[in-house]
Amino acid sequence: MIQDIPIQYFLIVSTIMFFVGICGFLIRHNLITILMSIELILNSVNINFLVFNKYLFPNQLQGNFFVLIVVAIAAAEASIAIALFINMYRMYNNIDVENISEMKY
Amino acid sequence: MNLQNFLLMRHELLLILLVIVIIFAEIFSKEETKHRIINFSIVLFFIQTVVGFLPVTQGELFGGMFQNDIFRSTFKNILNIGVLIVLLQSSAWLRKEENKEKISEYIILLLSTLIGMFFMVSSGDFLMMYIGLELASLPLAALAAYETKKAKSAEAGIKLLLISSLSTGILLYGISMIYGTTGSIYFADVAANFGNSSLQILGFIFFVAGMGFKISLVPFHLWTADVYEGAPIGITAYLSVISKGAAIFIFTIILYKVFGAISHTWNPLIYALAVATMTIGNLFAIRQNNMKRFLAFSSIAQAGFILVGILGLGDMGSTSVVYYILVYIFTNLAAFGVVSAIYNESGKENMDDYNGLYKTNPKLSLVMTLALFSLAGIPPVAGFFGKFFLFTSAASQGLYILVLIGVLNATLSLYYYLKVAKAIFIDPSDNPIPYFKSDFNARVGLLLCVIGIIVVGFAASIYEAIYSFSSLI
Repeated sequence: MIQDIPIQYFLIVSTIMFFVGICGFLIRHNLITILMSIELILNSVNINFLVFNKYLFPNQLQGNFFVLIVVAIAAAEASIAIALFINMYRMYNNIDVENISEMKY
Repeated sequence: MNLQNFLLMRHELLLILLVIVIIFAEIFSKEETKHRIINFSIVLFFIQTVVGFLPVTQGELFGGMFQNDIFRSTFKNILNIGVLIVLLQSSAWLRKEENKEKISEYIILLLSTLIGMFFMVSSGDFLMMYIGLELASLPLAALAAYETKKAKSAEAGIKLLLISSLSTGILLYGISMIYGTTGSIYFADVAANFGNSSLQILGFIFFVAGMGFKISLVPFHLWTADVYEGAPIGITAYLSVISKGAAIFIFTIILYKVFGAISHTWNPLIYALAVATMTIGNLFAIRQNNMKRFLAFSSIAQAGFILVGILGLGDMGSTSVVYYILVYIFTNLAAFGVVSAIYNESGKENMDDYNGLYKTNPKLSLVMTLALFSLAGIPPVAGFFGKFFLFTSAASQGLYILVLIGVLNATLSLYYYLKVAKAIFIDPSDNPIPYFKSDFNARVGLLLCVIGIIVVGFAASIYEAIYSFSSLI
């Protein structure tokens, strides 16, 4: 329990982060920015897990360990994403999402 | 915990061992003998598949994170058979000049995703499920972008990776809400503490949305056709059958075991998803000309049919789902096997190119027709019995209108499946695809599929066996 900060404040921040991430994913054109939006989503999940663990179930560690695994897997995800972006950069010389719209409908 | 307990993880440990052996084979083989790795790994994988059929005991490891019983191990065996066929079918393509450098890469990544699916199928809590899901989807993105020189392949890889990360994020957000309201991530504890608060329902809906991306249910299906078209054919077959099958299996188990208490809440949701998925998948499949896109939309529609079975609840629901996945693996892999054989030989993958195929390649045409009939659900073949059990399971809950919609959709699907049959048998062509003989592995793969399509339909004992296991979960 953190002094004078109620749980709602954390949850409001994490909810805003989540939806900012979704918006960024949908409207951004640069692939790196889209990747950053995904990281925002994952980090809002992390905040949720940590806050629930700290405030509601302080005598166990499930939430904390979930966060550790999420962070590790997010790193793996980012590395594969960057590899694919580099592959794309070699073809088009930029990483704009407009390039990958050859296949539609 | 003694060492014997690890025998419960036999499927996973064997696969990990297999991957390590293939890495060593890659390191110690000479440049000119690299292509032998293909047959070497197929033989090893065949041994692994056979060992998988040994009886398995029921139990759990790591405090309940990992669970295994005869139902789950049966499903793993089904997946093993499917992957064996995929490996057989993609070997001709792997031997091509442009892929020579990265043969073992393909096999290692493919088997890694299978390890992820096994862990996902055996998971006993959300953490294990999440790790398995990620292990199953991240290497697939790399595999979809396997043909690094092709723009379409790169596009497919990026689309798959971005969509699967987004869906995982949504899924995790749902799980965090479920954790916050129940205080646990273990399936058993969540099921025991699940009430009816709004936050729990919201978390559940996020969870369904996240899984919906993986299974490609209709509002979340937009990535499917693009990725299927761009990825190499072997990977497309794998995505549409194995990866989708594993995701549907764990989705069914979680719906029944964890959220079983609120089934009256999710029934209308799954109902709506099933209707939308069947109808839109079918309608979009009609206007496709590329065979891979066509099969992509057909696989979306099939996912809708499986959802109908899930609504049956209880043993009957889970049995019909697993049985249908078994049928679907053989059927769809037969269709993809023919498409990939033709692509390897002539580089063609459009429906118009198939005109007059029967005159030049009668055997392939017959296999394709059998697969299409099975997908459409025409009586003598396995696909009919699969659909029959799905609809029976839904009808046992009194969902007659849903069954009616399903049957109408099955009729609709007959139109576009027969369009391919018409191209093969009736439409004339000035320069049809010339006669060719595909390599030994591909023929064995197709033979396995044909045997599967015919035998699974007629051997009633298979359904009975799955039914007797399903009560154990």
